[in-house]
Amino acid sequence: MSLSFSSGGSAGTNSRSSLMASGTGRTTRPIVTGTSVIGIKYVDGVMLAADTLCSYGTMAKYKDARRLFSVNSKTLIGGGGEYSDFQTITDLLKRNALEHQCTADSLYDEDNSEDCAREVWNYLRAVMYNRRNKMNPLWNDLVVAGFTQTSSGDEPFLGLVDKIGTTYEDKYIATGFGSYLALPIMREKYRPDLDEGEARALLEDCMRVLFYRDCRALNRIQIAKVTKEDGVLISEPFEIETSWESASFVSPKGQLDGDGGW
Amino acid sequence: MAFSLTQSARQTHDPMDSYVYDGKSAETRNLKPGELSTGTTIMAIPFDGGVVLGADSRVSTGTYVANRTSDKISQLHDRIWACRSGSAADTQALTDYVRHYLGQLAIETGRLPTVKTAAYLMRKLCYENKDNLMAGVIVGGWDPVEGGSVYNIPLGGTCIKMPFAIGGSGSTYIYGLVDSEFTADMGKNEAVTLVKKAISHAMARDGSSGGIIRTVIVSEGSNEREYIPGNNLPYGP
Repeated sequence: MSLSFSSGGSAGTNSRSSLMASGTGRTTRPIVTGTSVIGIKYVDGVMLAADTLCSYGTMAKYKDARRLFSVNSKTLIGGGGEYSDFQTITDLLKRNALEHQCTADSLYDEDNSEDCAREVWNYLRAVMYNRRNKMNPLWNDLVVAGFTQTSSGDEPFLGLVDKIGTTYEDKYIATGFGSYLALPIMREKYRPDLDEGEARALLEDCMRVLFYRDCRALNRIQIAKVTKEDGVLISEPFEIETSWESASFVSPKGQLDGDGGW
Repeated sequence: MAFSLTQSARQTHDPMDSYVYDGKSAETRNLKPGELSTGTTIMAIPFDGGVVLGADSRVSTGTYVANRTSDKISQLHDRIWACRSGSAADTQALTDYVRHYLGQLAIETGRLPTVKTAAYLMRKLCYENKDNLMAGVIVGGWDPVEGGSVYNIPLGGTCIKMPFAIGGSGSTYIYGLVDSEFTADMGKNEAVTLVKKAISHAMARDGSSGGIIRTVIVSEGSNEREYIPGNNLPYGP
């Protein structure tokens, strides 16, 4: 078997292949994976949270993997799933942003040279769907957060793109285990006038539950926000508090005179 | 004792015929869909005068944590305990059977059963039902004959007395650590410290291990139970 960097790859079918689908083989199953990403809109903008773990099967191999990425000053993405595919996507978006910047109509006209969040979301939808059609998906669940231009100015935007190109947008989004465990919490606690502290506390609560109940989660997380004034800000990773003090946890169950519990 | 979960005639069937090289680990491949696994880290070290046993507390179904503070160290008799790994159902059933037989034996003989007897009972069950069980057990305890001793009974039903034993899916991550830090004549405090440290390290890397650390220190006079909460581990998660 020969390795190939040029377009065509081992199948050799698609001579028009773009930079995306050349010579790299197919992702048939994810190897190094990130788990959930969660996001919520709040009064100043949009906030995302993700942990910094990439697992290698059951092993917690990379504990400082960055899964939140700033595309431009208006857009932030988070990715779960195969980490190599997420890196491919971030490289692609960086390349596009640079091209945009360099080919802007006028050197002084920087306002409209960046894609807004909805444009990034739509572009990613096209990329993911196109790969799915070639049976060579980018094995990721992506959350796109940011500001989008509308007729009435910039509005907060939060949407999801999955590995087969499904897209939707909502006030709160979660991928992976988060869709089972975090979404109900966010639905319960969401208000349109959540301030930054409340949104952050809510996301931390959800990440705490995910750390308790997801085998592939870590208690070291990053939180990122997009606001009109400050653009995209991604925090440094930090550890969240966990609770193990309940009496029903501490009491042992394995004695001879136990209740048969576990 | 004619206990057997399966017909006694041994069928000629090479288990390697049905082995599929699909990347699944030995620990989880035979679990039925939805079955609970104590994919785990368990450990036991004997010291002069007793034994310390330790375990994590995560019970998982697939990637969901079904119980984050379970108790994987089960008491088989007054001074004999077993650390359980593998299928939660299988190990609970095995523990129940061994408890029953050890209890009977103690009444009949009028004295404490030895750890060796407990281990051999466990081994007999694991070996004779090896096709239907997925259980890795560490039996440890104190008896008047040997003092503290530890027996490792992995999948398949081997029973082997060890100077220290580690088991479960998380144990693969700490072979190096324990090999380098274990010494033959550890005192009680050193043994307890090593157990807590090693299990913390395994929990930090194994996705199927986590939660809290439970330890039992068995000696002639007592069983001391300890609980180390998940935010106070010697080495962080």
